[in-house]
Amino acid sequence: MLKKVNTFWLAIILAFVFYGVIQLLISTAIINPFYSNTLIFICINIILAVSLHLVIGITGQFSIGHAGFLALGAYISAIMTMELGMPFSLALVAGGIVAALAGLVVGIPSLRLRGDYLAIATLGFAEIIRIIFLNIDYVGGAAGMQVTHATTWTTSFLCLLLTIVVIVNFTNSRHGRACISIRENEIAADAMGINTTYYKVTAFVIGSFFAGIAGGLYAHNFYIIQPVNFGFLKSFDILIFVVLGGLGSLSGAVISAILLTVVSTFLQELPETRMIIYSLVLVMVMLYRPQGLMGTREITDYFGKWKWKRIKGGNQYGG
Amino acid sequence: MEWLQQLFNGISLGSIYALIALGYTMVYGIIKLINFVHGEVFMIGSFTGFYAIAFWGLGFFPSLVLSMTVCAVFGVVIERVAYKRLRNSTRIAALITAIGVSLFIQYVVIYIRGAQPEAYPNVLPNRTLDIFGIQISSQSLLILLVSVVLMIILQFIVHRTKIGKAMRAVSFDPDAAKLMGINVNNTISATFAIGSALAGAAGVIFGVYYTKIDPLMGIIPGLKAFIAAVLGGIGIIPGAVVGGFVLGIVETVVSAFGFSLWRDAAAFIILILILIFRPSGIFGKNSKEKV
Amino acid sequence: MRKSVIKILFTASLLGMVLAACGSGDSGATSDGGGDTIHIGVNMELSGAVASYGQSDTEGIELAVEEINEAGGIDGKQVKVTKVDNKSDAAEATNAAIKLTSQDKVTAIIGAATSGNTVAQAQIANDTETVLLSPSGTSPNVTITDDGTLNEFVFRTSYIDPFQGTVAANFAIDDLGIKNAAILADNASDYAKGLGSAFKETFEAAGGTVVSEEAYVAKDTDFRSTLTRIQSANPEFIFIPGYYEEVGLIIKQAREMGIDVPLMGADGWDSPTLVELAGAEALNNTFITNHYSSEDPDETIQNFVTKFKEKYDGASPNAFHALGYDSVYLLADAIERAGSTESTAIKDALEETKEIKLVSGVVTIDEDHNPIKSATILEYVDGKQVFKTKINP
Repeated sequence: MLKKVNTFWLAIILAFVFYGVIQLLISTAIINPFYSNTLIFICINIILAVSLHLVIGITGQFSIGHAGFLALGAYISAIMTMELGMPFSLALVAGGIVAALAGLVVGIPSLRLRGDYLAIATLGFAEIIRIIFLNIDYVGGAAGMQVTHATTWTTSFLCLLLTIVVIVNFTNSRHGRACISIRENEIAADAMGINTTYYKVTAFVIGSFFAGIAGGLYAHNFYIIQPVNFGFLKSFDILIFVVLGGLGSLSGAVISAILLTVVSTFLQELPETRMIIYSLVLVMVMLYRPQGLMGTREITDYFGKWKWKRIKGGNQYGG
Repeated sequence: MEWLQQLFNGISLGSIYALIALGYTMVYGIIKLINFVHGEVFMIGSFTGFYAIAFWGLGFFPSLVLSMTVCAVFGVVIERVAYKRLRNSTRIAALITAIGVSLFIQYVVIYIRGAQPEAYPNVLPNRTLDIFGIQISSQSLLILLVSVVLMIILQFIVHRTKIGKAMRAVSFDPDAAKLMGINVNNTISATFAIGSALAGAAGVIFGVYYTKIDPLMGIIPGLKAFIAAVLGGIGIIPGAVVGGFVLGIVETVVSAFGFSLWRDAAAFIILILILIFRPSGIFGKNSKEKV
Repeated sequence: MRKSVIKILFTASLLGMVLAACGSGDSGATSDGGGDTIHIGVNMELSGAVASYGQSDTEGIELAVEEINEAGGIDGKQVKVTKVDNKSDAAEATNAAIKLTSQDKVTAIIGAATSGNTVAQAQIANDTETVLLSPSGTSPNVTITDDGTLNEFVFRTSYIDPFQGTVAANFAIDDLGIKNAAILADNASDYAKGLGSAFKETFEAAGGTVVSEEAYVAKDTDFRSTLTRIQSANPEFIFIPGYYEEVGLIIKQAREMGIDVPLMGADGWDSPTLVELAGAEALNNTFITNHYSSEDPDETIQNFVTKFKEKYDGASPNAFHALGYDSVYLLADAIERAGSTESTAIKDALEETKEIKLVSGVVTIDEDHNPIKSATILEYVDGKQVFKTKINP
């Protein structure tokens, strides 16, 4: 037990060392604004990917409306800082909480649905959220809201760390195992006495909360937010991170979020072919490796096998 | 009088949704896949018709037939290349593939011809009839007629022909159908061919009626048609048509009250309400999932 | 617990790997700058929802750059263009602007085609002191932020929305003698909303009544129910600010429904596609305010139209093409007068721009970084734009 706690803190310390090195490179201008901005964007995308991973990968609930919660977080936090003059940190939390509440409101009725129907219902909810913002003049309607730049490497890194720590610990807790059992077989889980609705909604609310946090970072990094930024193509982008990485694999979601953000940034030079390549990769992965890059395995499984044995959280069809 | 006019506006909008929803509902009925590509087949059909009319000088009906043929082939190719492999994988994988293929087709078309819209040539005479003080265009009557006729033909195919029987069998239980000597692959391909041909027809008619076509034109009608199909009970042919009409009328009524900006939101709210309270749709029978 | 530790470690090391990859790319990419080329970034909507505007602007820009380079460049320096696609997305526009300023170290950025995506870059332009010139971003908040301060490094080639709305309202009252009007605006575009509210204000101030105010959303295709509502209010005139893709359909459907009052719009209508969509007959009795007319016999304009047709297989240029083209010349003129590629010098030169003859008119830049130029009013007669009148600011 003592050793476990020690390694946990060791990892946190290492993460902070990593953070410190990057911060040093940024402040000495070795990393120029383009790269530091890409790093922030990567952090935001990882938060989005990991939060959706909890819903789809762990709990097995197919939501394709994640952009709706991103939009809520973005708008609420922007209203907090721009209209009410609150500090950025408070705005982030507020964005997350409102998104989580929306997740609760959306989740309770729609999580009764399954598979495709749930997917379409969540897509519908996300569109409705977007149309609501489009029609509210207080937040600028279609023209959008101008937001000051407040997101830094520090804030986005801290949010990322928080997201990963919370979601990893949730997954490894009793609640996480209940969620996994729902993914594997909902009826069986129900029969085992697991309150499936409760766990599905809980996972959905936590996922929405972090999407809201990501929204706050997003709004304060890109100077302007508009309803068009949060259409269903945005939801698909996030979905693709999770699917490409492997449904049920957190490290997979992280890797593909990093990979796709970098690829997408560099494909800006090839505007006409960018979307073609992007969609082709998606289809190819689905056809030839439908379990995604990692399946349900984590990256630690690859080199850690000989060291320790443990019961894994994923099903084995990928491996 | 304004309300009578609005009702007719709603029906003519709904008949377009119905036309697209017919193909959607057939494909979903047999492989239980939300075929996002349907909207793109619709777009390809529309462009095929456009090129046939504008560059080869074909008339309306030859173009319609040509476009239906092209789309039928196109649909079967998509099914064979992309979906067949995924028949036994997860629903999520299939849905994501559908999204991927649909993006791929959109952007290949943009790559080839650019994103600018195209205006359909005038191939059908359009007269405005004045019936009891409401303005009815002859084209919208034609669309209404075509949707209903196609629905009857489809209903006939599915319920009175051999291939229709095979389709129903595959939809009910693919494994059992196979054991009974039905060629499941061919049946699924036939369904895709028919569904895609319908999308092609809808594309040409849409082009003639609304004039404007562009590579991204399939997204919104595709989603709306899906909503119409769910509304009527997905997999049920008359349901798709009725669902289309109901959706068209609801959207028009929302606009008529001055909430035109909430029209799409209204469509999605209907979808969600239907999914939550009556997931099998207006015409569907409720079925419980068995262990 | 151990699992979580490893995951955190891995996230950290992955980030490190990406960073290393970025770092190694860095050394090669930043060597550009200065020398005998002038490097201009183009940050445009080449894919996504409003790709057609971005592509039009870009085609105009490429034509102008080609011409300038053939004629020996600016002050003997060739112009090099780096195109970046912002995917019609504000976040990507920001990203692209950061890339152009810090990575490619461009002298100036032309972009974006729409106001929102230009605003997304404004802060970066100010922070990095790079001139940002939007060809077709017409919303007032492009150059003046919401709290009223001037974006020092942001300019535009088009006039702003309220100007066109005002011109249209005055034309309706003075020339057409209209007393009550309806407005049907694209609510998904700040451009159309800006025009609509400017029209309403001027029209009502001059004693007119707005009897019906309706809205639609870009990409809609069926406007019959909204038009039925407008019809029942019996307006003498309908103002339809929006883009040609929807407006073409609105006009067609309105005429089919027997609405035969004069219709009016703005530069968003200007495209040959409008005539194809609505049909020549339906377009009779409609008017637009515009930046220029491709039918205008003016020499500069005809020159541009001929060259454009040569380069793009006989296609007719629309207002976006003209504005993209003009943006390059506006910038080239400033760089020439500044005699340097130093951005503050270019900015100062742009501010002092006086009566330069461009395709879209004789341009003087005002203190808000907006061009002062005349608006042209055109009437559609049998599918052809006929010059009606010119209104000076």
